[in-house]
Amino acid sequence: MTLTEKILAKASGKTNLDAGDNAWVDVDILMTHDVCGPPTIGIFKKHFGKDAKVWDKDKVVIIPDHYIFTADKYANRNIDILRDFVEEQDLPHYYDVGTSRYKGVCHVAMPEEGFTRPGNVLFGTDSHTCTAGAFGQFATGIGNTDAGFIMGTGKLWVKVPETMKFIFEGEIPPYIMAKDLILQIIGDIGVDGATYRAMEFAGDGVMAMDMEGRMTLTNMVIEAGGKNGIVEPDQVTFDYVQKRTDYNFEALYNDDNAKYHSVRRYKSSELVPMVAKPHSPDNKATVREVEGTKLTRAYIGSCTGGKMTDFIAAAKVLKGQELKLETFIVPATTLIREELKTETYDGETLWNIFEGLGCHMGEASCAACLGGPSDTFGRLNHEEICISTTNRNFPGRMGSKKAQVYLASPYTVAASAITGKITDPREYLPVEAAV
Amino acid sequence: MSKIKGKVFVLGDNIDTDQIISAHHLVYSLDKPEERIFYGRFCLSGVPDEQSGLPQGNIPFTDPDKFESEFTIVVAGKNFGCGSSREHAPFSMQIAGAQAVVSPTYARIFYRNAVDGGFLIPYESLEDLTENFSTHDEVEIDGVEDTITNLTTGKTYPLKPLGDVADIVNAGGIFEFAKKAGMM
Ligand code: SF4
Repeated sequence: MTLTEKILAKASGKTNLDAGDNAWVDVDILMTHDVCGPPTIGIFKKHFGKDAKVWDKDKVVIIPDHYIFTADKYANRNIDILRDFVEEQDLPHYYDVGTSRYKGVCHVAMPEEGFTRPGNVLFGTDSHTCTAGAFGQFATGIGNTDAGFIMGTGKLWVKVPETMKFIFEGEIPPYIMAKDLILQIIGDIGVDGATYRAMEFAGDGVMAMDMEGRMTLTNMVIEAGGKNGIVEPDQVTFDYVQKRTDYNFEALYNDDNAKYHSVRRYKSSELVPMVAKPHSPDNKATVREVEGTKLTRAYIGSCTGGKMTDFIAAAKVLKGQELKLETFIVPATTLIREELKTETYDGETLWNIFEGLGCHMGEASCAACLGGPSDTFGRLNHEEICISTTNRNFPGRMGSKKAQVYLASPYTVAASAITGKITDPREYLPVEAAV
Repeated sequence: MSKIKGKVFVLGDNIDTDQIISAHHLVYSLDKPEERIFYGRFCLSGVPDEQSGLPQGNIPFTDPDKFESEFTIVVAGKNFGCGSSREHAPFSMQIAGAQAVVSPTYARIFYRNAVDGGFLIPYESLEDLTENFSTHDEVEIDGVEDTITNLTTGKTYPLKPLGDVADIVNAGGIFEFAKKAGMM
């Protein structure tokens, strides 16, 4: 069995499951947020009754993150619904807005809080729930009906996906980030290239990455239509998880005779900085091919591009430079926002580096990654041309249908912010990273 | 689920959930009747104008001053419903009055949401059928024979049988299916 098949087999109490089989699986964690939480709660109550209790308080995690810093009355009503439900159900894992528990973007907060664990089954009412597959678990996005069903039963009916394996051989060059790898893959297979399937990332190039790099890979499998992304767990995984939870997990691995849908191999040394052009994540180009394209804004944030390592990368490029673009910095979580104030590069905190350059510094949340209400921080309200570390550039995704979004790594976004045009980061990286 | 008949609305490839129902509309309550009708009004309003209602374009799925669409069936290119997991997408199509979509491939979360929520039936066509239909054509889907017929041109095209999900579609959603399976 593949790793994905094995996890689902274990969760359904079976000794064997093959791709294509259907099974009822036991759920370890159900995650929801402010946009999909309220309708999920509505469905749960409709079917299980007004006084029904969730199947297991300890397995429900609610992280408001999408529409947080807005005056929109409907968006704020969503938060009230969550609060009422949490109180009524006495749920321990709720991270309320306006309190010291507030976290920010769910997919980054989940690992920080120890809810992502090897061998587990995680469902979330958000398509980027697949991010957690970086921890060697099965994780995928679902809709409100399925989530409402899980809330009451702790189970879900799933079809076991085939696995496509992507192997990166050899050391990743220092000017390449995980975002370049995944944009390359999505460009190669297309936005429906992995539909219904699992995408596994492997090879020494991938296993040398820290957890945040691996999360950038698994985060974007949904942009190729994938059901889940996954990386075999190793010591890097265990160190990260055990620091944050004492949950007793059982790590699982691929069998030697596992059957794959397909295996693709990449030579890490041949990778180059990539972008996805408007308006699709598979509209790939090398940075060199579009170098010089005029831009009006740079955006560094989101679950895929607003992690600590993303900001460290940006700071390396930006330190000592001047900016030509309006640049927005949106840390994924409150913890990362705090760390920006303590983590230093070349003797200066990241916060001071960014602020000193005139960047707009945002609160931890999804912000303009998905447009949102018109007063959302960083939203593209007009005909902006933005280069962004986020994961989607569909028409209107970050605001106006007239805006254009280029997706790229934090290195590339930072280098482009300096020149005002799409720019290869190799020209701006410190020598040791630029070779 | 035998026959579905009505006017067709034609769309291109990769219609994502932001185009089906844009994120800033997600604030309306799905439980309150006076608010949920807005999902019908804004359904598919995120599609770029020139690609809305092919081949001509510039045809809104729902008239800007109405809450229901005149179209019952959507025929689209590949990868329909990609993007976010929002169930509001198939739900908004149902609220607008659509009963079925026909596309060669779906993004899996949309497909699953459409079926598990019992919102509308996502039929898979064997090939891209968009060239064979014009928005406003009269169309009939036969769920027993697994075919779609363009009544305006008189031509019939095969659809893939629903397969594994037929039981859930026939039950009317995952809750009804689970009850039958003894899971709740
Ligand atoms: S940061 Fe963007 S992609 Fe990530 S959960 Fe928020 S809206 Fe979705």
